[in-house]
Amino acid sequence: MQLYLPIADIPVNVFLILAMGAAVGFVSGMFGIGGGFLMTPLLIFVGIAPAVAVASVASHIAASSFSGAISYWRRRAIDPLLAAVLLVGGTLGTTLGVWTFTFLRSLGQLDLMIALSYVILLTTVGGLMFWEGLRAMLRSRGGGPVTLRKPGSHGWIHGLPLKLRFKRSKIYLSVIPVVAIGLIIGFIGAVMGIGGGFILVPLMIYVLRVPTSTVIGTSMVLTLVTMVFATMLHAVTNHLVDAVLALILMIGGVTGAQFGARAGQKIRGEHLRLLLGLLVLAVGIRFAVELVIRPQDLFSIRETGGAPP
Amino acid sequence: MRLRALLAITSLVAGLAATPACAERLIVSVSNHRVTVTPNYSGGELVLFGSVEKDDKTPPNRGNYDLVVTVSGPRADMVTRRKERKFGIWINTDSRQFLQVPGYLALFSNRPFDQIASPEVQRRQQLGLNNVLLMQRVGPDFADVVPNDPFRSAFVRLRSEHGLYREATSAVTFLTPTLFRTGIPLPAEVPIGTYNVEIKLFSEGALVTKTETAFEIVKVGFEQFVATTARQNGLVYGLVTAFMALMTGWMASIVFRKD
Repeated sequence: MQLYLPIADIPVNVFLILAMGAAVGFVSGMFGIGGGFLMTPLLIFVGIAPAVAVASVASHIAASSFSGAISYWRRRAIDPLLAAVLLVGGTLGTTLGVWTFTFLRSLGQLDLMIALSYVILLTTVGGLMFWEGLRAMLRSRGGGPVTLRKPGSHGWIHGLPLKLRFKRSKIYLSVIPVVAIGLIIGFIGAVMGIGGGFILVPLMIYVLRVPTSTVIGTSMVLTLVTMVFATMLHAVTNHLVDAVLALILMIGGVTGAQFGARAGQKIRGEHLRLLLGLLVLAVGIRFAVELVIRPQDLFSIRETGGAPP
Repeated sequence: MRLRALLAITSLVAGLAATPACAERLIVSVSNHRVTVTPNYSGGELVLFGSVEKDDKTPPNRGNYDLVVTVSGPRADMVTRRKERKFGIWINTDSRQFLQVPGYLALFSNRPFDQIASPEVQRRQQLGLNNVLLMQRVGPDFADVVPNDPFRSAFVRLRSEHGLYREATSAVTFLTPTLFRTGIPLPAEVPIGTYNVEIKLFSEGALVTKTETAFEIVKVGFEQFVATTARQNGLVYGLVTAFMALMTGWMASIVFRKD
């Protein structure tokens, strides 16, 4: 069934988009991530303009992280204070991100920057995850204990001033790194159309040493608010949010996520990380190949101004 | 003062029209003056009909008419960018701005342009995609460039690939020596707005007369409503989209609630 997307300005097959939403939802449910880093590239690969893909996926992630956040809230797995401090940085980062997005778009280099940041971010993060997962697997095979965090070890992060006690997470931490992490996630979220969960969760675990009980729920709150905010800003400044596209993605995504979550419980943690790492790495490489091979058409046209009245 | 000038021009035009130089008159009509495009529109065609009306001033032996129809859609500024390999990757480097060029442009005739008129007339009357004026910003100047300029030809080629620019030198058919018709194909991506149709009649390589008509393309339906709202009421649109996202998420958490 063909449907015309009003903002993306192309006709698409509804079932294809629905299936893509469900597939990404499945993966995101399985790994406990938002899935924006997969959704945006997939949309770009089917021919939707990168700018529209980034802006529309923001609202899609808002939907999936809201349903996730509700269930974590019920289980009291969200640290409200930590979420609030992260959000200070997050909203600032998102504003900066949308501003940068608009600026790059006016230069005609937005598509390149989106592709480049995907290559850099995904290959780095994917490579690290893969490596870490592989090491953990080898270690467990060799009979050694699988340790993710070394309890009691304190880095320079913990010597920073402005400390605050986060009760629900049972940590005592400076607000500076928390705000900084929120800022980074908000920024790349707005520019790249990703929730940033797959970077935020490791950062919170390894850098902030947030316990696993509250880490995913709290990161979802940040994702939710920054993505709602990004949707608003993209709609107001660039008019690029395709609500029809977003709705199809949301329906597919939230459904797929439920099945993914069940499948994820059956796989061992280190296998899961290895798989996720491979997936992230593969998307990154796909983008890199796109940049390096000669494009089919060296020229492109874009409308810059409407007809005068 | 202004009124008198206007009157003078009007009488001048009327006087011109009455001179024997315009011995023929063109009477044309399009099959539909208002085309409504629905979301599942996958392209269509308009038909332009017309006839050449002779009067007593027409030279009696004149018969071999040639006809060129130019359809131009709403105008807009566009940028053509060229990718180049820099540091091993392909990036947009050079660009050229096209000013107020038609979003849709079609040129139809009954036989090839070079058989209708001399290159000089072709250029002056803008016959063919190579001769149509496409204003560009070239450095500080505004000008059109030679047809084989890489940016201009890429621009025309890309628009043609989408069916938005086209040229067909056998599209106009004469049903009788004076009655003609042509189809105006409108692909799915046609921009909305007013379309001007200019019909030029040639005989023995010279322009005899010309006339104009117009039609309008309007998009209707939910999708168009969404697109208009997004552009005109960004804030409301953003709020509604964000609210929709939250509702979908909330619904999902109820539907799939495990406990």
